[in-house]
Amino acid sequence: MLRVGGVRTRSLHVLPRKGYRLAYVTALKCRECEREYPVEPLNVCEFCFGPLEVAYDYEAIRKVISREQISKGPQTMWRYALLLPVDGENAVDLHGGFTPLLKANNLGKLLGLDNLYIKNDSVNPSFSFKDRVVSVAITKALEFGFDTVACASTGNLAGSVAAHAAKAGMKALIFIPADLERGKVVGAGVYGPTLVSVHGSYDDVNRLCSELADNYHWAFVNINLRPYYAEGSKTLGYEVAEQLGWRAPDHAVVPLASGALFTKIWKGLHELQDLGLIPTVKTRMHATQPAGCAPIVDAFLNGSRIIRPVRPNTIAKSLAIGNPADGIYALRALVQSQGAACNVPEDEIAEGVKLLAETEGIFTETAGGVVISGLKRLVQAGAIKRDELTVAFITGNGLKTQEAVEGMVHPITIEPTMKSFQAAMEDRQLL
Amino acid sequence: MGRVRVRLTFPETLVPRPLIYELGHRFQVVTNIRRAHVEEHVGWVVLELDGEEDEIEHGLVWTRSLGVRVDPVTADVVEG
Repeated sequence: MLRVGGVRTRSLHVLPRKGYRLAYVTALKCRECEREYPVEPLNVCEFCFGPLEVAYDYEAIRKVISREQISKGPQTMWRYALLLPVDGENAVDLHGGFTPLLKANNLGKLLGLDNLYIKNDSVNPSFSFKDRVVSVAITKALEFGFDTVACASTGNLAGSVAAHAAKAGMKALIFIPADLERGKVVGAGVYGPTLVSVHGSYDDVNRLCSELADNYHWAFVNINLRPYYAEGSKTLGYEVAEQLGWRAPDHAVVPLASGALFTKIWKGLHELQDLGLIPTVKTRMHATQPAGCAPIVDAFLNGSRIIRPVRPNTIAKSLAIGNPADGIYALRALVQSQGAACNVPEDEIAEGVKLLAETEGIFTETAGGVVISGLKRLVQAGAIKRDELTVAFITGNGLKTQEAVEGMVHPITIEPTMKSFQAAMEDRQLL
Repeated sequence: MGRVRVRLTFPETLVPRPLIYELGHRFQVVTNIRRAHVEEHVGWVVLELDGEEDEIEHGLVWTRSLGVRVDPVTADVVEG
């Protein structure tokens, strides 16, 4: 087998199941040359090798969608089914999405913001925003007639794919790095997938999975189903707008890994605008990445239009994507929205996790620490003003990365006596 | 015969060098550029290579040995 970093060009064609319908999807379209392709498990343009994206019949959607129609939908991401590339009636749904948008008065006061909100996506069924993209991808996999799904992940995606595959009754193959933390292995393995622990460098795992995707008849959620998968992130944009009373925020502060989440929030807001559901979008999209893996932010700060791949070296494992698939599109959205960007020093990541927990009672993973510390820096730099409506996106749960803040937690140990308790409190001036 | 699609990222020192020309002459591979973007300090090329699998593999090993990064066109597929 060729193992040199390339991807064979053979594509797999799968017949749709009986009763399959295309919702409002018209085609797949190349994001570079705009060539159109049929709605199949494809992700790369055969002409220019650019990534494919789902195209919709917005005129048809406009005739049936309304604020009222959406508000009557389920209290999940599937209330926006008309804007997703699947038949929502058959959705593989663990009740992902429609997560809380919380006014963050304590954190806002500390940072100097009067209108700060936290979009808390850490409370999704498998505890991260990945449930949005995976719910769409697994639903699409069933529509295409696949019986096996797969992914390569360092944590959140693994858990979400395993959980949704279990719900759908599909076989799942999850590829994880051999050195993955035990908690994350259990968090995916408990759902019963085939877990494959891969030795080798990060690049080796990437190459292997690209080859596997092209040689096996699997629905690889973020490879051959990527155009559909990524669309699930649009629902974060929809929800925030709806929860704010049908308007877009002035600022969105978002963590970047592949860049897809960032571009899809931006796309979601613009779709609502173009469908007449919210006023003109003036949101400034702000990008945050950890300093140990910041290829998109670095390109922006250097004024380059090229994302230079890096070797990740960060504690924010869920953001450790050195060669981001949607990097260039995230960079374009960043520039287009007149946003700002921040690479957060590694020693400030855990501080951000602690700050959000102590002020708002939300325990986020390290990616959330990047967002909060990045937000703090953006405010200090004057990119966000006190009265502007700001939403910080928290995308994963802190229980998954407890080791990052372990050193910040120091319980007081006492004997089981009143005297011991009082002495300990007095020593620390806590009474 | 095999066909491989790759994305090559060139560091600043290699931007002026006609590497793809050299690749086609040193190894029995046909190179076909599909997209590219070059700046002063960095550049990338999306390339299709046709040839015997061994020749393609040796060619890409040589390319890497010079300091060029070789990635699948899909970029990173391992996610958080």
